Amino acid sequence: MQFYSLPNLIRRGLRGHRDWTPAWRKAEPKPAYDVVIVGAGGHGLATAYYLAKLHGITNVAVLERGWLGGGNIGRNTAIVRSNYLWDASAHIYEFSLKLWEGLSQELNYNVMFSQRGLLNIAHSEQEMRDLARRVSANQLNGIDAELLSNDEMSKLVPILNTSPDTRYPVLGGTLQRRGGVARHDAVAWGYARAADALGVDIVENCEVTGIRTADGRVTSLETTRGEIRAGAVGLVVAGNASVLASMAGIRLPIQSHPLQALVTEPLKPIFDPVVMSSAVHVYVHQTDRGELVLGAGIDAPVSYDLNGNFRIIEHVLAAVCELFPIFSRVRMLRQWAGTVDVCPDASPIISGTPIKGLFMNCGWGTGGFKATPGSGWVFAHTLAHQEPHPLNEPFALDRFTTGALIDEHGAAAVAH
Amino acid sequence: MLLIPCPWCGPREDDEFTFGGEADIPRPTDPDALTDEEWADYLFMRDNRRGRHREQWCHTAGCRRWFIVERDTATNQILGASTYDASP
Repeated sequence: MQFYSLPNLIRRGLRGHRDWTPAWRKAEPKPAYDVVIVGAGGHGLATAYYLAKLHGITNVAVLERGWLGGGNIGRNTAIVRSNYLWDASAHIYEFSLKLWEGLSQELNYNVMFSQRGLLNIAHSEQEMRDLARRVSANQLNGIDAELLSNDEMSKLVPILNTSPDTRYPVLGGTLQRRGGVARHDAVAWGYARAADALGVDIVENCEVTGIRTADGRVTSLETTRGEIRAGAVGLVVAGNASVLASMAGIRLPIQSHPLQALVTEPLKPIFDPVVMSSAVHVYVHQTDRGELVLGAGIDAPVSYDLNGNFRIIEHVLAAVCELFPIFSRVRMLRQWAGTVDVCPDASPIISGTPIKGLFMNCGWGTGGFKATPGSGWVFAHTLAHQEPHPLNEPFALDRFTTGALIDEHGAAAVAH
Repeated sequence: MLLIPCPWCGPREDDEFTFGGEADIPRPTDPDALTDEEWADYLFMRDNRRGRHREQWCHTAGCRRWFIVERDTATNQILGASTYDASP
């Protein structure tokens, strides 16, 4: 792996930048691996990286149906935070946030993690009470959280319409100063490069078409590039989790929906933090290039379609213009959608399955991006030890049978 | 936007409807007799098919009746609609 540094940049610059090599190999699939990960998105690549780095398991393939980072890792709104309500969620998201804080150095790849702060705003008395409860829960879990009044919000984001006669009056909010955004593509590319350097094969254009088992144990995967034997398999395929699981006869408590986002033309820097409102289903931040990135809510019907319903866009833009009247004449550049895998309790499944050697990391729904490093870390542990780490033990598939749900709709739901 | 063919009112835009999830999941007649696995399967587990999908819709802002739509979830193409009586 070529080390990225200022001296290296200058040295190679003086030679005309001619001897840079690709950040990762285009690997051909081998007939067998110790661990095969399906899905070269953020979570899958992070899993492969931590397997090789922390557990010494380097005979690993990451299979990708399309191209690396073409799924939800490149389609989300890049928001990172850890202010979740319940202990199990708070622990794993905070663990992840701590990994974010050192990720660019760890991967020797600039993921442009920017802790610009994250505001959640409340529009009703009840929402204020809920936020106060969440701030207290966060503080008990050692997560930075502050409750802000309307005036404090105005100081932080002067362009936010906090006057009392608006359609969505702003009563106050919470602030997580360590929250922020990261460059989502760079996260996939950084993990891919670092995993590749440790010997992981990343195989693109390789769709899994079947999962073979013998005596209740996974043995191999049928793919469009031949059969690949595997000691253990990790399915990390987000919106297509149910499709892959059904190949092994497993039913999941997941429904797939389109989730849309959109981006405006670039503007001069106008506000710093990420601003989110659960009640009106909008979250917005300004990128380093000056564009506003807006996220919406999911389309209600189950769908794998990547267009999304226009009505959702109308709704999110109406809400944004109400909260930020100054944005009313900003033009949109583009819109897109990703397929999100939503669990009934809005919490992920990072777990073994009834089939030995087959593991799932899915159900992140509308908010998986922020968890990418932590998710990969605990899933690598789970695959290496064939049992969960204490951090992901509560996120087992069997919680839907035992009833030990982790109901994060209050803290997660739409706003991610 | 979807154009949902309500069996009673004809094709109307999806804003008038409420999505009611996967069809053909009958409520257990004797819930007390179910194991935890069976109850979990009824409550939470879904086929979530990519492709042909039978699902329930209610014409909330119209005739307010429930019916079944068949739709391809990969393309959103509507393949048909039926009442519960006519449904196989």
